[in-house]
Amino acid sequence: MNKQRKIPTFWRFLPFWLPAFIIYSLFIVWPLLNAVGYSLFEWKGLQRGGFIGLDNFVRLLTTEPWRSNLWRAFKHNIFFFIGTMLVQNTMALFFASILHSLKRGRQFWQNLFFMPHLLATVLVGFLWNLILNPLFGPLNKALKMLGLGILAQPWLGQPLTALPSILVVNAWAWMGFPMMLFLANLGSIPASYLEAAELDGATGFQIFRYIQLPLLRPSIIIVTVLTFIGNFNAFELVFVMAGSDGSPGGATDVLGTFFYRTAFGTGQDAISMGSSLAVIMFIFIATSSVLFLKLASKEKVVYD
Amino acid sequence: MTKFFDLSRKTLIQFALIAYGFTVVYPVFLMIISSFKTTRELFKSPFAMPKSWSMHNYIEAWNRGNFSSYFGNSLFVTLTALLIVLVVGSLAAYPLGRYAFKGKSWLMMYFLAGLMLPIRLGILPLFFLMRSLHLLNTPWSLIAIYVASGIPFTIFVLANFFETLPKELEEAARIDGAGDFRIFWQIMLPLIRPALATVAIFNFIPWWNDFFFPLIFIRAEKYKTLPLGLFSFFGEHQNNWALLFSGLTITALPLLIVYLLASKQIIKGLTSGALK
Repeated sequence: MNKQRKIPTFWRFLPFWLPAFIIYSLFIVWPLLNAVGYSLFEWKGLQRGGFIGLDNFVRLLTTEPWRSNLWRAFKHNIFFFIGTMLVQNTMALFFASILHSLKRGRQFWQNLFFMPHLLATVLVGFLWNLILNPLFGPLNKALKMLGLGILAQPWLGQPLTALPSILVVNAWAWMGFPMMLFLANLGSIPASYLEAAELDGATGFQIFRYIQLPLLRPSIIIVTVLTFIGNFNAFELVFVMAGSDGSPGGATDVLGTFFYRTAFGTGQDAISMGSSLAVIMFIFIATSSVLFLKLASKEKVVYD
Repeated sequence: MTKFFDLSRKTLIQFALIAYGFTVVYPVFLMIISSFKTTRELFKSPFAMPKSWSMHNYIEAWNRGNFSSYFGNSLFVTLTALLIVLVVGSLAAYPLGRYAFKGKSWLMMYFLAGLMLPIRLGILPLFFLMRSLHLLNTPWSLIAIYVASGIPFTIFVLANFFETLPKELEEAARIDGAGDFRIFWQIMLPLIRPALATVAIFNFIPWWNDFFFPLIFIRAEKYKTLPLGLFSFFGEHQNNWALLFSGLTITALPLLIVYLLASKQIIKGLTSGALK
């Protein structure tokens, strides 16, 4: 027998997983745990004071301007999440079902629709900043040329349209991703189900509504959770298109930009408020994702 | 009647596809034709083809911005991080996928938790950590966070793949007297090449496009990556639209070309995280 067999397997393979363990612990786990630690202390600039328990959280949640900034950003995130579900993911489902029914050209269209996802978020943001520019931007110019000049707007410059514009740009960049997930899910539904329904005289819409849609549950759940998590992490696109202060007038401020401004701003509260905000966001994202997954996994539909 | 209905349905589908295809392509097309125009031409006739296909804007953008440096930095950071994460990740995935040992399921859970962790929320402590390690404002801060954030997914995919390889492979090699490292390196690693490719694509593209970590960690012009470089370029040349469009095109082109050549593999790699 080989001499290696005498060493317990745990020690024998320690050198294999230890490097990954150290790097991952040091740069991912340790900072996240530390954020919790930071939030429980008093801070004066970069100087750590005494342990103050949950005081930072109380301050963030009950005193101005923190309280209203947090609440406003939170509402914008909820708006962004619901809007993305309605615009981007509905469209993704629509195009997935169309592409799935195509006999020819599916590959071409799916590659095309996925393409914007490859562009860096900064690039997408800047490109659309130029397109949406109120004076020189091609969008307003096109509207005027088509005689729809009344519809021309300072898209990113007024509170009513700023966040919705960013939402649509975000959907433009992302639509292909959920579409591919839906498409993969549709591909896994046995053809015999659809053939049987067709024989029974079901229309295309009936087949989609009563057979494909219930069986799309797994991908709908995944897309919802990914949209939710991605939306609460949203930062780059808003930062590039509207700056870190949520202009105009805070109309585009989301938790990501609020967090960035707090943590890397010039204020004395950068660390105390920044870390408390991070912890609150963490708890919120984690509990809602787990809750949603729990709810979604109940009452599973089983087709046999 | 049904035939007519079928026909109009088909037409509608074609219309929807072409309309959305246009929505996707036209902004990119506009970006490219605009990059050949002068700023005055751009404002006067934004939708016309450029009067001349001169490379003037590109030469100026390339010279005024430090695109060659941004490009080099992005390549260095992403390729180094990729190499490290593939080595470190496959090393860890090997025993986790193929052997039973004490604490293994805990270890696996510990790594896999990273798939769900919103790592950006640890950015403040991470910033101070990088500073005390003297990595701040160097490419190594980016390499470190990219490798660390890529480890969970890399282990997840590779461990699953290792698990599927037949047991006889090792037994035969062991009889020949090969040690664990040699078996891993010479026999196992070549067999998981397809999974390595998936992992590489999954990690590479988000790192290449990442703006958040460079924004926080990098100040020095000479270490800026492409997205951060594009950001400073826009700050400096706000009103020179012709230049801005060339800057955008320069940044977009490399990945678009790669996508044209390997769209299937790229889509598969990028969606593999959500499909598992």
